[in-house]
Amino acid sequence: MQLIDQEKVQRIIDQFIDQDLYIHLEMTTGAYASHNDNTKFTASTFITNGLVKYSLGSIEGDGPFRVGLKMNQGWIYSQGLTHWDESNVEQLILAGHDQDGKLVVSLQLSREPF
Amino acid sequence: MERHILVVFPHPDDECFGTSGSLAKYISEGTAVTYACLTLGERARNMGNPIMANRVSLPQIRKLELHESCQHIGITDIRMMGYLDKTIEFEDHEKLDKRINDLITELNPSLVITFHPKYSVHPDHDATGAAVIRTIAKMPKEQRPTVHCLAFTKGCEEILGKPDVITDVSAFLKQKLGSIQSHRSQWQLPADPQMVESEEMKERFGTERFWTYSFE
Repeated sequence: MQLIDQEKVQRIIDQFIDQDLYIHLEMTTGAYASHNDNTKFTASTFITNGLVKYSLGSIEGDGPFRVGLKMNQGWIYSQGLTHWDESNVEQLILAGHDQDGKLVVSLQLSREPF
Repeated sequence: MERHILVVFPHPDDECFGTSGSLAKYISEGTAVTYACLTLGERARNMGNPIMANRVSLPQIRKLELHESCQHIGITDIRMMGYLDKTIEFEDHEKLDKRINDLITELNPSLVITFHPKYSVHPDHDATGAAVIRTIAKMPKEQRPTVHCLAFTKGCEEILGKPDVITDVSAFLKQKLGSIQSHRSQWQLPADPQMVESEEMKERFGTERFWTYSFE
């Protein structure tokens, strides 16, 4: 994974406009958050291979970044994105890692299921 | 001596801290071990340091790490059960239990090692232990293998009492640290070869503790 290159990510977001895409969207504190520190709250959520289509999308901010994708009747939003995988431009793999390197948030789009 | 040991955990790396020393010890005594690993832990947050994985590449990496860990311990029979990390508690109980029952029928283990169904912190841990306990509870009493559970929820000793199986694995720290270090996307221990012999490592990793599950 590399640090996000905003321009390159924007190009892929633009390439994917108005297409049926599979999405993986996730946020997690880790299953041990409150076990390790009882001031923390354990929460995780993900959706994998939901089928979505957006008409407008962009990556914003100075890093960590935010991505917003406007669908016909709703929005996809993700904040705290730091890294991406530039090895395959057929899919967009974005992730947000905290200061310890742990994954906190993940947003992925692809024409093929994950 | 045990006839055959079946280990049932949900994630690659569940074996490394709590049981790898005991398993290496059993194997050194000539007992065969089968490790059924329900998922690939592909929803883990640790991605190595520096970051070496993403949500797409992680399953393959964790599969390789699992193989390497088992090599250190001496386990040659690994069954990857193909479930998805974080979803065990939502799976069809009947189908899940049947797959565990099939393994028990095939292997006829005298000992099964798994997580305690209530005090193992991660929902996948508890759900895995619960499936094993449900399955074995249905067997005729005299055919049931012994079950050793790992448990680590805070305060669980007040409920369960002290663990009744306490194993000194300090002679197997090389295998154990090899197992831990195999899971390099999850854990980074200092790689100093001297450390295996150190008092600090013996103190930290030299003892493994289990609760024998009581079915009655």
